[in-house]
Amino acid sequence: MSSIAIPHAGDHGHDAHEHHHETFLTKYIFSQDHKMIAKQFLITGIIMAFFAMFLSILFRIQLAWPEKDFPILEVFLGKWAEGGRIRPDFFLSLVTIHGTIMVFFVLTAGLSGTFSNLLIPLQLGARDMASPFMNMLSYWLFFSACVVMISSFFVESGPASAGWTIYPPLSALPQAIPGSGTGMTLWLASMVLFIASQVMGGINYISTVLNMRTKGMSLWRMPLTIWAVFLTAIVGLLSFPVLVSAVVLLIFDRSMGTSFYLSDIIIGGQILPNEGGSPILFQHLFWFLGHPEVYIVLMPALGLTSEVIATNSRKPIFGYHAMVYSLIGITVLSFIVWGHHMFVTGMNPFLGGVFMITTLIIAVPSAVKTFNYLATLWRGNIKFTPAMLFAIGLVSFFISGGLTGIFLGNSALDINLHDTYFVVAHFHLVMGSASICGMLCGVYHWYPKMFGRMMNDKLGYLHFWMTFIGAYLVFFPMHFMGIDGVPRRYYSFTNFPFMQEWLTVNVFVTWAAIIAGLGQVAFLFNFFYSIWFGKKATQNPWKSNTLEWTTPVEHLHGNWPGEIPTVYRWPYDYSKPGHEDDFIPQTVPFSETMSSNLPHDFEGDAVAEQIQREWDKEHGVERELHH
Amino acid sequence: MVQRADNNNYLTSLKAKKFSLYVFLVVSFMLFAAWSSGFIVYSAGGEDKGLKTLLPTTFIYSTVSILLSSVCMHLAYAASKVGNIAKQRLWLGITILLGGLFFFLQYSAWMELARNGVMFINNNASQSFIYVFVWAHQAHIFAGIIVLLNAFFKASNGNPLIKNRFRMELATIFWHFLDILWIYIYVFLLLNQ
Ligand code: HEM
Ligand SMILES: [Cu+2]
Repeated sequence: MSSIAIPHAGDHGHDAHEHHHETFLTKYIFSQDHKMIAKQFLITGIIMAFFAMFLSILFRIQLAWPEKDFPILEVFLGKWAEGGRIRPDFFLSLVTIHGTIMVFFVLTAGLSGTFSNLLIPLQLGARDMASPFMNMLSYWLFFSACVVMISSFFVESGPASAGWTIYPPLSALPQAIPGSGTGMTLWLASMVLFIASQVMGGINYISTVLNMRTKGMSLWRMPLTIWAVFLTAIVGLLSFPVLVSAVVLLIFDRSMGTSFYLSDIIIGGQILPNEGGSPILFQHLFWFLGHPEVYIVLMPALGLTSEVIATNSRKPIFGYHAMVYSLIGITVLSFIVWGHHMFVTGMNPFLGGVFMITTLIIAVPSAVKTFNYLATLWRGNIKFTPAMLFAIGLVSFFISGGLTGIFLGNSALDINLHDTYFVVAHFHLVMGSASICGMLCGVYHWYPKMFGRMMNDKLGYLHFWMTFIGAYLVFFPMHFMGIDGVPRRYYSFTNFPFMQEWLTVNVFVTWAAIIAGLGQVAFLFNFFYSIWFGKKATQNPWKSNTLEWTTPVEHLHGNWPGEIPTVYRWPYDYSKPGHEDDFIPQTVPFSETMSSNLPHDFEGDAVAEQIQREWDKEHGVERELHH
Repeated sequence: MVQRADNNNYLTSLKAKKFSLYVFLVVSFMLFAAWSSGFIVYSAGGEDKGLKTLLPTTFIYSTVSILLSSVCMHLAYAASKVGNIAKQRLWLGITILLGGLFFFLQYSAWMELARNGVMFINNNASQSFIYVFVWAHQAHIFAGIIVLLNAFFKASNGNPLIKNRFRMELATIFWHFLDILWIYIYVFLLLNQ
């Protein structure tokens, strides 16, 4: 190798010793620094989340008071709320864009984008991502996707309205519903940009995790956050291309007249020429992405909370290996359960049975994780920081929402429950609420790392309780509506006598949603206020073991001023017996913790065991080193 | 010391880039795998579905040309490894020409299909799938030719050798992938003929 002229590393990697000439543009806008990109993802995600939350309040108003006029709505929605009442097709647009933004833009890009970018280099000891340039591109593609999606509110025929799952033929035929015109085209364009962004991001995450870990950071010493975002990226890269394939065929059907998904359609008295297409084909392709997607949303949240729960219980995570294997199990299984979304499409009952079994099996790793969380909390020395509360909130939502998954996973029960509010309750608890809690937990916990300041605790507690109680009040009653057969995505509750009985519940849910929404304003204020006026953070405010807390509070290119630290141990040495502090950072070698080392720490290294034995003899310590 | 650490960083970053390329190839393959399974599911949907046609013979010629281009690419890469820029450019040039030929042959193949009445807009979407496969692969070939042109024009004696060689390595991996991808598509379609 030495005979080959190697160009100076500075052209590529970011070298801490160099001085970069930074302008406003390169520092804040077209930044290639992973920490800045993480913040860009987070802030964009938060803005999108508020936008989507606002949409949900709008459609909740319609659901609660279908017979009432709200002239204010007409002021800013114009013809979509003529006379102060939301129009039915606009109601469907609201539901569609709410779902799309929340699932993809907030809980996929906002969550993975923020924490993969922030934590992969910082927790693994890398100067930056494998390809900082591609990383920057990933953000800007995401940003463009957001702009395109929101721009669909400004076209004549309104935003897409076929649901976040955009099933054809509804989504394929502009004659079917106004939202399937330009709005749907924009939806598809936005999604293509979004997927390109995810692919670039994902490639970077995987490549960085596998190639750029610091010395001593073996895979089995990686924090669970990294395992989670790493496996999430794998799931994303294997499933998003399938959504592209589905979307491309849909585009052909929409604009070129092919019949991949369309057949035997008479609309408005007119017979369409398309024959032979199969709308079920779309569902297969969509849910092959769609189900893994729900785990793409959940796994990073699980990773973040694992870290926060261990740190704030001051205990090693219970069953580290089991946690990793569960994540791997979820990764693999998530690809073979998609049929549970299609039990009622006329699927062969035998095939339905197969999907039922795989679906129930995926509950096993999920349960393992839940038990491990509880066991970590058990008799811990718990510090109830806002981040910790949100982490516990995730565990709660994951349990209550996961249980209903078991009901839905039974193909026979699903005949009744499919497309009712029971499903809405299920996924808003297990995915919506749990993942949002995980994301907020991450924001509160890593805020000092991102902005060098602390968020206000009191506002954090207020925010938590309003969110936690609010979410249960909103989603719990929906189970009962669903069991009674109330269908989801229905505009009007006054046309069917059996649904009218649920109007009072709808009013209750809407009020709960409005109050929970106000709770988020506390967060918004806290977040932006603390960027400039929060208490200055110390280097390691939570007394945590992982590498990111060894970097200086002031950000710099390349993360560490000198050499990158070496790692000697796993990240969960909290409250180790025999050690004076209740945490031992990963950078502390065993030779400095002679009083607390355990037999398995040496991983069979005979020399190290010998040294330990001598030390023990000298200090009169009894310790069993053979196992 | 510092120099060595820098070199190590640089080599790690090359390794990571190459790895990223492999991951991208997996992503790209998933796209075609999805259409393949879509094709199978669709074609199983009824008696009147399925290819129901013979593939154009032009596909045989295009397959030969892309196979040859892969061989030339290999020779170009071998030349870059020993630092023989002139030879590298020669073989690379031939690869690009063969790639262009492949592109053109694919185009005439779908014109031939259309002449035989196998249209893209078709009530038997199994036949539309042929176009989807070919077009999507063509798009990849287009990107591949740009990559090759880049490697062609950036190769000069003035630039550092290791960069040239690395660029060639990535280009070679990508081009071979496109070759294998086409063969996969072709065999897949032949098996369903
Ligand atoms: C305990 C394991 C789980 C089981 C057995 C399960 C089962 C199911 C089933 C059978 C459905 C289809 C219901 C229907 O449409 O009729 C469903 C819907 C859904 N599940 Fe789960 N689920 C589980 C966990 C999760 C998790 C962890 C998430 C997300 C993080 C999730 C997110 C969703 C979503 C988003 C939908 C609805 C999609 C839609 O129709 O719009 N589920 N689940
Ligand atoms: Cu699912």
